[in-house]
Amino acid sequence: MVLSMVMMTLDHRSNYLEQVRAALATVLYPVQALVHLPFSASSWLGENLASREALIAENTRLRSQNLVLRGQLQKLISLELENMRLRKLLDSSQRVGERVLIAELVAVDLDPFTRQVLINKGSLHEVHQGQPVLDAEGVFGQVIHVAPLNSTVLLISDLSHALPVQVARNGLRAIAEGTGDDTRLQLRHIPINADIREGDLLITSGLGGVFPPGYPVAEVALVQPDNTQAYATVVATPLAHLNRAREVLLVWPDDPQAGLPAPPTGDTP
Amino acid sequence: MKSNEPRGGKIIFFSFLVAFALATLPLPEWARPFRPEWVALTLAYWCIALPSRVNVGIGWMAGLAVDVLEGSLLGQHALAYAVFAYACIRVHRQLRVYPLWQQSLSVFVLVILEQMLVFWINGVVGRTLPTLLYWAPSLTSALVWPWVFMTLRDVRRRFAVS
Repeated sequence: MVLSMVMMTLDHRSNYLEQVRAALATVLYPVQALVHLPFSASSWLGENLASREALIAENTRLRSQNLVLRGQLQKLISLELENMRLRKLLDSSQRVGERVLIAELVAVDLDPFTRQVLINKGSLHEVHQGQPVLDAEGVFGQVIHVAPLNSTVLLISDLSHALPVQVARNGLRAIAEGTGDDTRLQLRHIPINADIREGDLLITSGLGGVFPPGYPVAEVALVQPDNTQAYATVVATPLAHLNRAREVLLVWPDDPQAGLPAPPTGDTP
Repeated sequence: MKSNEPRGGKIIFFSFLVAFALATLPLPEWARPFRPEWVALTLAYWCIALPSRVNVGIGWMAGLAVDVLEGSLLGQHALAYAVFAYACIRVHRQLRVYPLWQQSLSVFVLVILEQMLVFWINGVVGRTLPTLLYWAPSLTSALVWPWVFMTLRDVRRRFAVS
């Protein structure tokens, strides 16, 4: 009884117990892997039993998509170089290079009242606490617990999560708080006369030091200036597929290996 | 009773593993708040059937495992399950002679007690939960209790766990 009180206090106030948690998480990982097995097996079967025509069609589609993306990438590279050159001229210290790693979500349910997911990469893959996680569309969450083979990600929609953002159009800064609902973020302390409109894109501002600046987060869905109150009610819809994503990207913001995806580690599809 | 030697520790351990798996099995979004407290139910059964073997200490360890699996505060479920196991052992003599539906009612109250503890701790650290759905697991736990009880009783007899 006393021991659990002490543990709870320690866990809430500090990081001393992260290693205990990591060890226990590793011991319990087989259970989670077992639960995940039917899901990975069905997707594996689905891939292997897909008909030839379907595969050819998918291949063609991916090929054309690849072509389009590569075209865009060329433009991006030249833009990035130009950006770097201009920044150098301005003596700005902002870095551009980022290393990424693909992680797969493990199909297990955690506490239904917090928005957390388990991913299949851990400290053996150099994942660290507080690391930003993205999906293909936008910011997904951040790593809160790391075990050797897996780690827990807190989604940006969790009630306890707050994310410093910026309106892409004019640079207006705000804090996007989770609401516990995967389709809503709330922007706090926006003055009623602030220049923010429905449809505005919100990007990370990089001010919290956790997320790299410039990643898309959400789109403003509702602005309700209430003249009787000092702040407007602003609700945004996250761009990332918080409840549908199956693969996510782990990002190392301050890595000199500019822009190169990490080498595949075998179990990434 | 030929001997009082403890037997079948592996079976008890395995039943807890199954409970952990059930507790993390993905469910559709609407069903998630209604998931019964499988680990608590398993713990309750063994506390009632073999209070000399499965006790507060086992409850504490099971709770710690749940904390890690669910990503909740470390020690939160451990405390709640330890108290839950204690309560089960206190009433295990009555529970054994109750008919199944009456056992279900008792389990309902016990699981509410356990959830209340978790709820309080959540409140203390500032993770308040917005909905009444939080209490749904105690109801579903009471509903599945008869099946859990019969399954585990058959398992216990089949493998002569004592």
